[in-house]
Amino acid sequence: MSILHTVNKSPFEKMSLDSCIDHVKGESAVLLYEDGVYAALKGTGAAEKLASVMETTKVYMLGPDVKARGLAADKLLEGVEVVDYAGFVDLAAEYDKVLAWV
Amino acid sequence: MKFAIQVNEGPYQHEASDSAYQFTKAALEKGHEIFRVFFYHDGVNNGTRLTTPPQDDRNVVQRWSELAEQHGLDLVVCVAAAQRRGIVDEGEMQRNGKDANNIAPGFRISGLGQLIEAAVQSERLVVFGD
Repeated sequence: MSILHTVNKSPFEKMSLDSCIDHVKGESAVLLYEDGVYAALKGTGAAEKLASVMETTKVYMLGPDVKARGLAADKLLEGVEVVDYAGFVDLAAEYDKVLAWV
Repeated sequence: MKFAIQVNEGPYQHEASDSAYQFTKAALEKGHEIFRVFFYHDGVNNGTRLTTPPQDDRNVVQRWSELAEQHGLDLVVCVAAAQRRGIVDEGEMQRNGKDANNIAPGFRISGLGQLIEAAVQSERLVVFGD
């Protein structure tokens, strides 16, 4: 069963990304949104963890939330696919379940 | 596809209600069905018509009401969470002897069974919270 894991908190504030990463399996995916997008900031421990997850798992981030926080594309981890809200809906439909790490 | 949405946080304090609204709107625009939006915990604060945000700010409550009117959305506020936080409709006003009600248009107060039913009847339950 494939799961879309959603993470909406900064890894510098809460442990939800770590908890999520511990449970993600290959065919599932992670979507970073709200403050969760800070995990994709290059040069941080969180980004390193994310990069290792990306070897086996697809990681997405919500474009409007990245833009709202002024995070420039060159400051973000390569390979994290940017989606808009319509893309968020598509992912929710594509995976068997949506699991929110709130 | 049939979606159920759960909102666990009030407006303005957290981004959950904004994200849930944008997701719901995008799903409707893509032709999906929203079986129900269930407001739980502090999320019930999305359902008071007495909010008056500054004119240049988004009106989170009104935005939900308008979306409900346009698409016939079922916006359900958890009764136990609502009672604790003073979200009252006509029935609750009479039942609890209150002097007023404040439920926003398009919202209704009901029980937790409505969340369970939404989760069972829908193909996806998407939760927005803190």
